Amino acid sequence: MIDKKFKIANKNFKSRLIVGTGKYRSFKECAKAIKASGADIVTVAVRRVNISDRNKARLMDYIDPKKITYLPNTAGCFNAEDAIRTLRLAREIGGWKLVKLEVLGDKKNLFPEMIETLKSTELLTKEGFKVMVYCNDDPLMAKRLENAGAVAIMPLAAPIGSGLGIQNVVNIKIIRKQTKLPVIIDAGIGQASDASIAMELGCDGVLINTAIAKAKNPILMAEAMKLAVISGRKSFLSGRIIPYLFGSASTTNKGII
Amino acid sequence: MKVKNKIKIIVNGKQMQVIYKFSIKNLMTKLKIPLNKIAIELNKKIVDKKKISKIYLQKGDKIEIVHFIGGG
Repeated sequence: MIDKKFKIANKNFKSRLIVGTGKYRSFKECAKAIKASGADIVTVAVRRVNISDRNKARLMDYIDPKKITYLPNTAGCFNAEDAIRTLRLAREIGGWKLVKLEVLGDKKNLFPEMIETLKSTELLTKEGFKVMVYCNDDPLMAKRLENAGAVAIMPLAAPIGSGLGIQNVVNIKIIRKQTKLPVIIDAGIGQASDASIAMELGCDGVLINTAIAKAKNPILMAEAMKLAVISGRKSFLSGRIIPYLFGSASTTNKGII
Repeated sequence: MKVKNKIKIIVNGKQMQVIYKFSIKNLMTKLKIPLNKIAIELNKKIVDKKKISKIYLQKGDKIEIVHFIGGG
């Protein structure tokens, strides 16, 4: 069976796994993990150039933006103004229009500030950005983001970096059912099975950073996540059996001795 | 007299002194920052990198020079 293409803002991507580039021990390790993950989109952040140590290694020296799609994010932004400022700068660095919006509301649990997120989605869309939106697992808010022009809905599985896995299966299912946009689980994945579950729920993709970068062996975990996403997707497409409380023998009784 | 010709600016949060009639291009050369793969902001407004040799720094200007780093 040939799967339909993973399409975001009319662009096709090979892998349904998007990976973050933060928290790695080195850029070298990060580059290796990206390769092992098979991802063709990676998230990146906008920060000040270190003006006192210019010889410091740069991300772009290790991950070639011509080969891998950079998805600039707004990590660390707590209001629409900062998020828009950050993404304008990202666009200036290299012309990126496809962006990941994340406006946080609380420094402790890193939950998205949805009022500012919605406002930013509207403004950025008007400016010509293609906005993939990190959001809460709230179907009503997801709908509003879609109406505001978002190109992808990215509900959290659990708090960023928590590794708790998908906490609100029902809401994720509802969000998936109600929208034509790609739904990408962003944040909270802990292990490969979490990524599979996301895909089995019918999500179009998964975004993972901490679970790979902070694993004891990030490169192995990157590969595990790649396989988990592929596996979960195939499982979803193949149409699972209906769960049944009692046993059903796999072997026929016909011809029994 | 020389001291009077100097102006204070803030680059990436750090105070710096430059001489009067110093352009953003001069600043980038002084800091040895290559112009590709970065973006420059002057007082919260993005600066067109093609025009930086004609933009002269004023007292109290705030410059931000940014690039991409790892992030989730």
